[in-house]
Amino acid sequence: MDKSYQGIMNRKNEIIKNAVGLDYTNFELEGIAFDYEKMMNEAAYSLEEMREIQLDNGVGNTPLLELKNISALARKYAPEGKGARIFIKDEACNASGSFKARRASISTYHAKKLGYKGVIAATSGNYGAAVASQAMKQGLKCIIVQETYDSSKVGQPEIVEKARKCEAYGAEVAQLTVGPELFYKALSMLEETGYFNASLYTPFGIAGVETLGYELAEQCIEKIGKHPDVVVCTNAGGGNLTGTARGLRKANAKSTVVGASVSLKGLHMASDNQFNKKSFTTGHTGFSVPFTTWPDRSDVPRSAARPLRYLDRHVTITQGEVFYITEMLAQLEGLERGPAGNTSLAAAFSLAQELDEDQVIVVQETEYTGAGKHIQPQLAFARQNGIDLKFGNPKEEVPGESIILPETPELIKAVDLDVNKLRQSLVKNAVKQKGSTNFSEVELSYLEEETNSSRETVIELINNLK
Amino acid sequence: MHIQLWCAFIYYIEEVIFVPKKGDFVRIHKIILTSEERAPQVPEDTKQVPLELWTKGFLMADATIGDEVTITTLADREETGTLIEVNQAHDVNYGDFVPEIIQIGVKVKKELFGE
Repeated sequence: MDKSYQGIMNRKNEIIKNAVGLDYTNFELEGIAFDYEKMMNEAAYSLEEMREIQLDNGVGNTPLLELKNISALARKYAPEGKGARIFIKDEACNASGSFKARRASISTYHAKKLGYKGVIAATSGNYGAAVASQAMKQGLKCIIVQETYDSSKVGQPEIVEKARKCEAYGAEVAQLTVGPELFYKALSMLEETGYFNASLYTPFGIAGVETLGYELAEQCIEKIGKHPDVVVCTNAGGGNLTGTARGLRKANAKSTVVGASVSLKGLHMASDNQFNKKSFTTGHTGFSVPFTTWPDRSDVPRSAARPLRYLDRHVTITQGEVFYITEMLAQLEGLERGPAGNTSLAAAFSLAQELDEDQVIVVQETEYTGAGKHIQPQLAFARQNGIDLKFGNPKEEVPGESIILPETPELIKAVDLDVNKLRQSLVKNAVKQKGSTNFSEVELSYLEEETNSSRETVIELINNLK
Repeated sequence: MHIQLWCAFIYYIEEVIFVPKKGDFVRIHKIILTSEERAPQVPEDTKQVPLELWTKGFLMADATIGDEVTITTLADREETGTLIEVNQAHDVNYGDFVPEIIQIGVKVKKELFGE
């Protein structure tokens, strides 16, 4: 069998079909359009089933904590009467230490049910640890394929730590140098082993996060007698935001959903030279912008993570601001948690200052921390790589050159990404895919759903490209 | 006599202590795609270098560091590559001390609770 890059890529659809146990052609409509809700309803599990599966496997029911000191500090910088109460969902309490266990628990349960002997996931992040942990619980073999090193064999301490964690659960960790061919290697292994593709983007994985949104809505009712006014989700590949927003809707919560990403403007994600110049390996704009504006670039034919359908607002925050708030969380709230998960907390600290004092903003995740995956080794690594680390105005930070810790917490300010520009990019990608600006009625309706906007807006966005 | 003892010592070091045996947990390395074989969408700097792989597993036969070997991984998969290490230690740590981090705690407490 031809194992070359092109050989494997030519067999991609067949490999994926066998490895996900799902025929995506069942959900295709016409042209660029497919029936997203049909895919989510037919392929995934009900909320009740998922809660049961997760509770059986050490996942879910994580605490919702009020950050009283951080809320008080944000209020100090807010106008009179402003400064919402900030709550955080302590997802680090899940088995394997992050919300990703919610995705992995459903994927691995499904793999077991379908009779697969093992699972494979291509990820350098918390999802690897989550899949490894849940696979062991299901008695499945597990391979995690991660992008670990640059060509000098230097790896981000955070990624190297995750390799250790996956191995601790008994997974094989295949470590690669920088490049998008990670997907090629994963496909090649799927074909070779016949294992299940525990992709981040299947309906099972994304539906697994719905319990997070549902749970936090319930917990808010219990604690404060109402649903949260705003929920902030760290956005990278889109699954966290999509799943949470769908869960909120199932709980009938009308909360404003805000996506937050670390700004890595100017850095190329597949560049060998720039690989170790960034201090965030997830939760950043290098993933969130491309995946929000074209979700189907993922490793399955149709991604179940479609954040633009759900987000009301999207903000960015700097690396320095997230590192700073991570230390603030430890020093003011007694919670030592991993930096990447605090992207949404940094954003919430700023957004809370726009809201009224009696309003509630929920940060929907934390993640585990430890050697390698911690503010200390990550900043030490940045400094070793020639990054200028200092106190100052974080808005002067240049990704790949500097990390600027805010001189005072008052300087932590979320910056809006124009959601209309994201919509425009999605439509531009749709035109590119279609090869024309002439869309059918079905395709136009699909684009309305994809951009969470009206027919008028979609037509206008198409006309802008003519 | 001294030379004989020395040789015996070297033999002991090489054969008994350092020679990877069948069943040892080892790390291997291989080139997956050469620079020429890389995907078309890869940026220029990345295209200059090969795509490399490291993985670990149980050695299927006695070997020496640098040999081409076959291993069985923890996922019951066979992989071949160059044997580079036996019993690799996890070296993740907390890195060099970053003095700015201590200052963050001092600053935020002063901001919230005063002097």
